[in-house]
Amino acid sequence: MSRGAETHHFRRLITIWVVLSVALDLVFYFAVSPHVPPGAMTSSASGQQTDFTVLFMIALPVMLAVWVYGAYALIVWRESRSGDAEPEGGPKARGNLGIQVGWIATTTAIVLGVFVYGTFELIVPAGAGGGEGPSPIWTPTSHDILPVQVIGQQWAWTYRYPTFGGFETRQLMLPVDTTVEFHVTSLDVIHSFWAYQLGVKADANPSQDNIAYTTTKQLGQFTVRCSELCGLWHGAMYNFGRVVSRAQFFVWAQSTQRQNAANTKLLPAFSYTYVPDANGADGGYYPDNIDPYSKVEQYGATTPSK
Amino acid sequence: MALDMRESIGAAHSGDTPPARPRARRSPRWLGPHLGRALVGAVAGYALGHFLGNSIASGYINVQGNGQNDVATVLALSIGVVGWLAGAGMLDYPVAKMFGREPLPPAQSKSWTRYFGPALDHKIIGLQYTVVVLLFFFTGGLLAMAIRTELLSPTNHLLGPGTYISVVSEHGTIMMMMASSIVIGPLGNWLVPLMIGSRRMAFPRVEAFSLWIFAAGYLVILTALPLGGFPTGWTGYAPLQTQAGGGMDSYLVGFAVIGIGMICAGFNLLATIVNYRAPGMTWGRVPIFVWSILATAALLTLATPTLVAAGLFGVLDRTAQTAFYVNEHGGSSFLWQNLFWFFGHPEVYIMALPGFGIVAEILPVFTRKPLFGYRIAAAGMIGVALLSFFVWQHHLFQSGINPDMRPLFMLTTELISIPTGFIFLVGLGTLWKAKIRFAVPMLFALGMFFNFLIGGISGVFLSDVPVDVTVHGSFFVLAHFHYTIMGGLVFAFFGGLYYWLPKMTGKTLSERLGKWHFWTMFIFFNFTFFPLFFVGLLGQPRRVFEYAQNLQTLNDISSVSAFCLGASFIIFVVNFVWSMFIDPKPSSPNPWNSRGLEWQTPMPVPPYNFARIPVVLADPYHYGAADARNVADLGPRTLALSGAVAPGAPSAVSSDETAGEEGSGDPRPPIA
Amino acid sequence: MSRGGRLVILGVLLAVAVGLVVFTAMAFIRSSPPTVDFTTGHQPGAPVDMSVQTVGSIGFGPHPTWVSYLTETPSGQWVHTTLWDLPAHTRINVTVFQYDGGSPLRNQQWGQVSGTIGDDAVLNGKTFQVIDSNSGNGVGHTFAIPTLGISVPLYADNGSANLCAVAPCTFKSPHNIVKFSFMTPGPGQYPWQCFVPCGLGYLYGNGGPMSTVGYMGGFLKVVA
Repeated sequence: MSRGAETHHFRRLITIWVVLSVALDLVFYFAVSPHVPPGAMTSSASGQQTDFTVLFMIALPVMLAVWVYGAYALIVWRESRSGDAEPEGGPKARGNLGIQVGWIATTTAIVLGVFVYGTFELIVPAGAGGGEGPSPIWTPTSHDILPVQVIGQQWAWTYRYPTFGGFETRQLMLPVDTTVEFHVTSLDVIHSFWAYQLGVKADANPSQDNIAYTTTKQLGQFTVRCSELCGLWHGAMYNFGRVVSRAQFFVWAQSTQRQNAANTKLLPAFSYTYVPDANGADGGYYPDNIDPYSKVEQYGATTPSK
Repeated sequence: MALDMRESIGAAHSGDTPPARPRARRSPRWLGPHLGRALVGAVAGYALGHFLGNSIASGYINVQGNGQNDVATVLALSIGVVGWLAGAGMLDYPVAKMFGREPLPPAQSKSWTRYFGPALDHKIIGLQYTVVVLLFFFTGGLLAMAIRTELLSPTNHLLGPGTYISVVSEHGTIMMMMASSIVIGPLGNWLVPLMIGSRRMAFPRVEAFSLWIFAAGYLVILTALPLGGFPTGWTGYAPLQTQAGGGMDSYLVGFAVIGIGMICAGFNLLATIVNYRAPGMTWGRVPIFVWSILATAALLTLATPTLVAAGLFGVLDRTAQTAFYVNEHGGSSFLWQNLFWFFGHPEVYIMALPGFGIVAEILPVFTRKPLFGYRIAAAGMIGVALLSFFVWQHHLFQSGINPDMRPLFMLTTELISIPTGFIFLVGLGTLWKAKIRFAVPMLFALGMFFNFLIGGISGVFLSDVPVDVTVHGSFFVLAHFHYTIMGGLVFAFFGGLYYWLPKMTGKTLSERLGKWHFWTMFIFFNFTFFPLFFVGLLGQPRRVFEYAQNLQTLNDISSVSAFCLGASFIIFVVNFVWSMFIDPKPSSPNPWNSRGLEWQTPMPVPPYNFARIPVVLADPYHYGAADARNVADLGPRTLALSGAVAPGAPSAVSSDETAGEEGSGDPRPPIA
Repeated sequence: MSRGGRLVILGVLLAVAVGLVVFTAMAFIRSSPPTVDFTTGHQPGAPVDMSVQTVGSIGFGPHPTWVSYLTETPSGQWVHTTLWDLPAHTRINVTVFQYDGGSPLRNQQWGQVSGTIGDDAVLNGKTFQVIDSNSGNGVGHTFAIPTLGISVPLYADNGSANLCAVAPCTFKSPHNIVKFSFMTPGPGQYPWQCFVPCGLGYLYGNGGPMSTVGYMGGFLKVVA
């Protein structure tokens, strides 16, 4: 077949692809992207929203390229249309250096670009809401940070506020326009703290402190779910939290601190990790006299369990 | 000058013959190794192990506390597997040699019963694998139907939460165990020797062993359900794994058993492909399917030992109260995650690569064009295999790993999408100005491309750490891996089945039923899993039995489509059973008119594959070239052996005969 | 073999396979403890009285050494179940007979009463809001419905006394009586559990009975 016919196919394909990509990308950007999960309640959530939008706007033309070409090929070059003529074989059909090099170069460029952008989106919002382990590298620049400890246990989340006397509660209330430093830990198996609208996800590991940052920007309710399978009631391990105004938050924190004062005295001192008793309340998994690494002080117990 | 070995065989003095070595006696057929005897061995081994475990460990403090003897369960399952293997005859050869006896050659049988016992012919093993793999797949599929039934309503629960989580875990584990061998087992074993022009695999007994231990793994994981199920999902995270009830031992032993089978299959295929290629089969002429099996076999051999080790630590934690995975006693809850995913990531490429190989084989045949970019396809597969060892921490992005690991693994994970993309370059290039015939195998190959594109692109989203914060552990991940594994590998596997079953069995599958199967499977597959991307983005975690009320519509669309998807497999089963057993119609030796070497053999393929080892002249993709030579020189047609080339079949033409053998009643032109 | 013969064999195999599948499915779906119904004959607006007991070892069934809850049916029979049908928007007066020993709580947070009417409970006649699980006999179990914010610690009996070992227990064995009330919300299924890791012999104490419905976890099914 002549070169003219080849360019003819190329030109048609490129035209269809460009038109579709631009149109659908614009539709996505204007109609869909404000609603992309997880929303814009916090800095990390809106960062993830932007990141998803950018990735999708790059991915869509890539997918369209394959789909447009594929559909075109299946329609134009199907057997019933081309009759009995055998397609051209030979070295030209077995490879084309230009196309192969071009493909490799383009995909590498896209991938490296996406990597650079993703790293930027990870670092700038102080870790993008993900758990950074006990020694985070990307920390927020704000000096006004509210630490909140998230304790996961089978099968509920509880929260401790160290700057308010270390009281423990099952409600997660956060003030707006504040940088929150979540310290996520577990008292038994691995859980994962996923505050959906806050754009925060950090695994809760036993005896480990996992730190995640976010800055709240909007008022509203958010859902906290466990996103790491942790046993029977994993599906029921959720609660709701609220982002409220700073004044409301202080009122709530101080009144809860007062209400829970009796119990707070009985809680162990606030610490970023706790060493739970691997034997459980009744003991019996490990022999009781073999406890070389476990500290005597266990969460909730001033005496070791029997 | 040759060494004089007569002294060592006892024939040092002239005129002596070597002393007669005792031969094993052949027992009656029904006492010989076969499936029935394997079951008996399994039950006996299970009972023995259970008894041993109770004698050893019933005094352990935790056994007395919880009433559950994990030592007994682990020993029962392990010795049961050994009993199964012994019953299947896998130990006959090594045991006979150990005792200085000469082992008997296996019984040559022509009847259908030969499929129920150990075999050394790779073709029989391939067909045995096909049946076991399909059994595995349908069992896992039924469990999936149960999951989707439970998820029809967020508040009304059909199954209790413990039962639900056991069903989810069992479904995932069965499918992942099956998918790791779904192509290597049936198609890899059947095709690789034929494709490389060999009469056999490098280690036929190891091949049979890998099949029988694969079947044993299936039985072991099935025991999880009656033993109480396990609550960890297929990923088996510790320390929940250490806390779990009785079914967890089935998971650990089952994966170890399957892992051993995978390692054996892997090095067997590696050795075969490297050493048993016919003369003339240079690396540039090896079929692309064989390249994919080569890459997969390397991964199988190198990555699976980590899983076996991790499983062993888990068993020790549960039985001997060690603390590999328990923080408070000096272990680490991170250790299992890292070991498992170090295996787990190459594992998913073990699943993806053979799918690439199958579609790359199918495409040239039904486009009548050479494979575009053969070298880049092979390079892509090797690149994927190499890079797959460097990406595993992307499963741990939010786990509290060292934070500067995350951009590193983001980079490697995104880099691996480059060689993965090569298969699309190759596929699209092959379609350029082709003559596309929409036979059933081609439909499945095209469906694979469509699905894998969605699956692969969603993978790029997951590799991006900020987006991963939103979607990790949610249904988005689930949709991603179902699109890549089921949409990619399983579609390719069925395409390969429709393509090669006529050669493997000599019988034709119904084209009409095949097309019905494809279209129902493709449409309902997409309707099942595409909504799950949105379900995950909107906040539903994986493995939960309760979800937000506003997600019910999406879940219901997915569930109803899942039921229809399950029903679509009935079409396949009917087609398969009818065409193979009830009303078989014989197939011609090369119904698709393919240039592949495996198609140049007569029908039925004789046990020795080739009357004479072929001399390979070209790669099998020389379509559309008028003067293309045949793929191989299979020797003179005058060799009259039983079961040899049927007269008139449009198969191989020797290089000094002209093309144009007229077949009796075969109107298609011979391959030119 | 003839085509008809092959069809027959295939039909038999298919029937066996279908039978196995149906059998397994039924075994799963029906493997649930019975539900105690507190809604039949209930006058709207009237409170519902519910009694449960906690025991150190159930003494029968597939796991006789496991701790468990039991429920008393409205007709006075003790049943080994943790599934209850309760009417919506109703005051439920719960009486717990606690027959088990105890220990310090892994998380003392659960030593505080929350979510009940009045945010307190009554232990052996005396109102309380917090139990110090490090003192005295410790806490035996808790009654908690996390999604409704309800949690009540149940004070333990002295571990060295002769505790009840076979359910259902009677007042002859050492016991504590805890009473509290809560309002049921709208219709739905609300999981409830105990927060004391009392799974003896399981790592972190949360396996076994803690992970099995019918023992230390169950469902509150609120019916309109």
